[in-house]
Amino acid sequence: MTKHKRTVRLLEPALVGTAFRQSFIKLSPRLMVKNPVMFTVEIGTAIMLTVCSWQLITDNTSEGALWYNITVFAILLLTVLFANFAEAIAEARGKAQAESLRRTREETPAKKVLTVGEMYVNEIKVVSSSQLRKGDFFVCEPGDIIPMDGEIVEGIATIDESAITGESAPVIREAGGDKSSVTGGTKVLSDKIKVRVTTEPGESFLDKMIALVEGASRQKAPNEIALTILLAAFTLIFIIVCVTLKPFADYANTPITIAAFISLFVCLIPTTIGGLLSAIGIAGMDRALRANVIAKSGKAVEAAGDVDVLLLDKTGTITIGNRKATNFYPANGIDKKNFIEACVLSSLSDQTPEGKSIIELAGINTKSYNTQGATFIDFTAETRSSGVNLPDGRRIRKGAFDSIQNIVIKEGNSFPKETAERVKLISSNGGTPLVVSLNEKVIGVIELQDIIKPGIQERFERLRKMGVKTVMVTGDNPLTAKYIAEKAGVDDFIAEAKPEDKMNYIRKEQQGGKLVAMMGDGTNDAPALAQADVGVSMNSGTQAAKEAGNMVDLDNDPTKLIEVVEIGKQLLITRGTLTTFSIANDVAKYFAIVPALFIASIPALQSLNIMGLKSPESAILSAIIFNALIIPALIPLALKGVQYKPIGASALLRRNLFIYGLGGIIVPFIGIKLIDMLLGLFM
Amino acid sequence: MNSEILGTIIIFGATILLAWPLGKYISAVYAGNKNISDFMKPVEKFFFRFCGINSAESMNWKQFLKAMLTINMLWLVYAMLLLIFQDKLPLNPDGNPGQTPDLAFNTAISFLVNCNLQHYSGESGLTYFTQLFVITFLQFVSAATGMAMLVALFNGIKEKTTNNLGNFWNYFVKSITRILLPLSILVAVILAFNGTPTTYDGKDTIITLQGDTVQVSRGPAAGMIAIKQLGTNGGGWFGVNSAHPLENPNYITNAVETISILIIPIALVFALGYYLKRIKLSNVIFAVMTFLFVIFCAINIYYETKGNPAIDQLGIAQTTGSMEGKEVRLGAAATALWSVATTSTSNGSVNGMHDSLTPISGGVVILDMMINALYGGVGVGLLNYFIFIIIAVFISGLMVGRTPEFMGHKVEAREVKIAALVTLLSAFLIKGFTAFAAYLVAHHPEMGRAVKPGAWLNNPSYHGFSEMLYEYTSANANNGSGFEGLGDNNIFWNVTTGIALLLGRFLPIIAPIAIIGLLAKKKYIPESPGTLRTDSYTFGAMTLAVIIIVTALSYLPALALGPLAEYFSLY
Repeated sequence: MTKHKRTVRLLEPALVGTAFRQSFIKLSPRLMVKNPVMFTVEIGTAIMLTVCSWQLITDNTSEGALWYNITVFAILLLTVLFANFAEAIAEARGKAQAESLRRTREETPAKKVLTVGEMYVNEIKVVSSSQLRKGDFFVCEPGDIIPMDGEIVEGIATIDESAITGESAPVIREAGGDKSSVTGGTKVLSDKIKVRVTTEPGESFLDKMIALVEGASRQKAPNEIALTILLAAFTLIFIIVCVTLKPFADYANTPITIAAFISLFVCLIPTTIGGLLSAIGIAGMDRALRANVIAKSGKAVEAAGDVDVLLLDKTGTITIGNRKATNFYPANGIDKKNFIEACVLSSLSDQTPEGKSIIELAGINTKSYNTQGATFIDFTAETRSSGVNLPDGRRIRKGAFDSIQNIVIKEGNSFPKETAERVKLISSNGGTPLVVSLNEKVIGVIELQDIIKPGIQERFERLRKMGVKTVMVTGDNPLTAKYIAEKAGVDDFIAEAKPEDKMNYIRKEQQGGKLVAMMGDGTNDAPALAQADVGVSMNSGTQAAKEAGNMVDLDNDPTKLIEVVEIGKQLLITRGTLTTFSIANDVAKYFAIVPALFIASIPALQSLNIMGLKSPESAILSAIIFNALIIPALIPLALKGVQYKPIGASALLRRNLFIYGLGGIIVPFIGIKLIDMLLGLFM
Repeated sequence: MNSEILGTIIIFGATILLAWPLGKYISAVYAGNKNISDFMKPVEKFFFRFCGINSAESMNWKQFLKAMLTINMLWLVYAMLLLIFQDKLPLNPDGNPGQTPDLAFNTAISFLVNCNLQHYSGESGLTYFTQLFVITFLQFVSAATGMAMLVALFNGIKEKTTNNLGNFWNYFVKSITRILLPLSILVAVILAFNGTPTTYDGKDTIITLQGDTVQVSRGPAAGMIAIKQLGTNGGGWFGVNSAHPLENPNYITNAVETISILIIPIALVFALGYYLKRIKLSNVIFAVMTFLFVIFCAINIYYETKGNPAIDQLGIAQTTGSMEGKEVRLGAAATALWSVATTSTSNGSVNGMHDSLTPISGGVVILDMMINALYGGVGVGLLNYFIFIIIAVFISGLMVGRTPEFMGHKVEAREVKIAALVTLLSAFLIKGFTAFAAYLVAHHPEMGRAVKPGAWLNNPSYHGFSEMLYEYTSANANNGSGFEGLGDNNIFWNVTTGIALLLGRFLPIIAPIAIIGLLAKKKYIPESPGTLRTDSYTFGAMTLAVIIIVTALSYLPALALGPLAEYFSLY
């Protein structure tokens, strides 16, 4: 299986172009007002424009030199444009990601089923996919592209979903089961299916996702709103600082130019995080999409970061698909080679994964066996055993302990004690014993074991460090479940699980205040998916399951939950660290601008100019240039997200406080000084 | 080491040593556990029965605030009436007149809000009756109000999910009967034995060494001075407050009064730990507050004991430090400690003139009041600190990758909005009013007022600016001390500081209670390894950073024009 991840370069030239245009379009005050921090910068820019125009007309230099004011205006405009660019590039990337998925479902011919056609009943007519409406039926034959999302109502088919998932191995989808959903854009490889359309055009999950990354219908997630309020409050505080500075300065007989006022204001308000905030949010959605997860809302991604409990299905998530044979234990007095041969013979026609794994383990070339004339006995629920009757009269059976015991005892043979003990031992080790008999005599036991996915223990360890509790859900008996749970390193398990058990477990955890995430696919998972705080449904799952959850995983990968949690955390951390960085920057900017403001009338305040900036003009310009440049400098970080390290909350806080808090204080001192030195060459 | 500095260390050390057991006792009082003051129960029962109050009735945050605001309104009217008609009431041996309505209004508000900004002088502006039944009364109840509100906060944090913040009346009455009254009696007795007047006689007459005849005001002062210190009130019996030789006769009384300023605010921090059974949380809070407090003290003690460079230049030796506006019997270091203690705690009593502090010390005390949460006023200091915690929780919660939560409750847009509003409020009140005053001084010095703006300031330039900044900072912080040297007894200052007083008192009380009321109602989220622990020193450092960034930075331009400009010109 190959997996080709779609990757978009951080600054794809084509996207940069779009984003560049968008940065100017977004200057419209009607769009800007959604971002209170940057909106105030835009107002400041407009005021500077007025000052410059007024100077051009009147030739008055009371507000400073014209070139200086024009420079300030240009830098402020750049600041706004940079912030717009950050948002635009994030949108463009998200859109490109979504478009590449949507491209797969452009106009394709659809074989629509007309219940009452022009000539026949159930007439098939080829129409364009865009003409399909919810509730319509269509059929697909080998080679057809499925025109719309839907649910199979008749038939079974192998489908190539690589266009959506990047997974090249075909999958089987069939009517009635838990794997009845098909996605538009995927290709039918074999067989014929009849599908009912489940979404209106433009309302598929993908369409919703695209809307979420686009500006128009993008709704801010709760935490983003709260942060916006806090940033708006900081902005207001600095409005007060700047407005009251005017009478303060009058009192001190210090004339302060409009340019200086606005520069001070723009430097102090948290423009860095204000400019990057929406980009961070969009990038979070985009990262989810990149992981092939469609989030139905930004809130869901935020909530994922808070998840306390993860419900994981054993099969496919913790263990590799099915059980595998791991050991042959011949009974006393039986030659191991003969025993293995008997095991292989009994499994020759066994198409179950367990049967195949027996042959695999034996490592014998089955072609060397002459099976002519052999009668294979298939597994039935009644006998609970299978086997083979060979022409030479050998009757080999393999099956569960009690079924073979029945066969053996019925013939008057005894069940060897040491084999019975072996059976017990295997069970208590989480394995499944398969007893093998030859001519109604026990000849040994095959041990089947669940194979725990490589690397899964480390992932659970990582989750534990994040503070997330993992719960394994399995149909196994409690003994086996316990063994596997311990081996895999999950914190808890639900054994012999029925669908309602999941629901009850989620309710119980939620009553304790925990946030629960789960993944599911079947219709009977739907209530639990809806109940869970983060419900990820598999794309292959039923429509009901997909509607109930708040995310859809296109890869149908049960371990995806872990990634989703990290994406959520990353989103929040990026917001927090850049806010800290942005506010910490104020210290240096203060030391650049405040002395510059008063230096003319209060020379004593030169002592505050600890950076030794050349002149008041160059100090102010350096500060606003730094303030503008830091936005594009941090775009890559905003888009990629700050890395999450599961090292415990306090350690993580210390680390981020050190890097972004202390760094946020130091970096601008260096940056502003460097820019000042550079400006000194020209001024 | 200089023995004066050693003295300040001993005073501060003793305060902490005494505050620790007191905090434990306060926690037991509020929790209703058995304690040594249970003999007061019948008294409390009598009050509750007399007023028809069911002290076991639970209150949600709105009911709690309603009870507090209603009774405060009543006191305001009561206090105003008594002040206006004090000349017709008994206990007026000096024959002082009734207050004018606007002065009565200002005085009543000022004491109601635990600020004690005084635009009158105690010797002539009040009678013994109003000193006792208005001033001392309000000093008790305003302190108890703050403490009762703090218990509401405790309850909101303590319970997993609750609407019940306890009963206002219960905490209010117990704060007086179990904490303020016993401690006040103790302090008053010490003061009385050291020479503070405790008499109902009128002015005394003495003949000084120079042969002048001097009228000396006195009265039942010791009790009032005790609660003025303990309840972080600060309004003195005499005009010059604890710089007055009868209000603060010697170094011993000075030590006792300094300890009295700090002891309840510090004890309440420890009480938080005992009450919530989160000793580490209170330790972290205490550490953050003490860290800044000690730095501020060190700065002030350094600059005050070093003396004034302008006097050095005159060739005059200042072996005892900068003694302008200080009392010889107390010394520079003790005055420096007091200046930080009184501004940290929103007390506002003084034992020296803050106007005469060296520029940096003056800046420190202003900054101290701008923060207003280093121990802070009784009860309200921790409420202010709680707002900083909420902002710190929000930002650092994000940094650890979870939507922010405090003590198991999610901090969302609504709580952030309230916290942000309060933060905005003080910036708005302090800078807005100072700017208004500065504007009038700069542009309309000759405006037709009883006292022209041009005549407001005794000092020109930077120091004059500091005087205005100090006045509004003090009013907003409900501190009540003044830089003096400011002509503040006129309608402009009375009205504007009055507004700052009221808003600066009640909104910062209402906001934290509203936040905790909203938080406590939310679903409780148990702690996990991924949860940000608010009782870690890392989080303490974060809170410290928020305090510095939010407060210090937003006031830097103002401080630069006042104290900093003065400092750099002087040194």
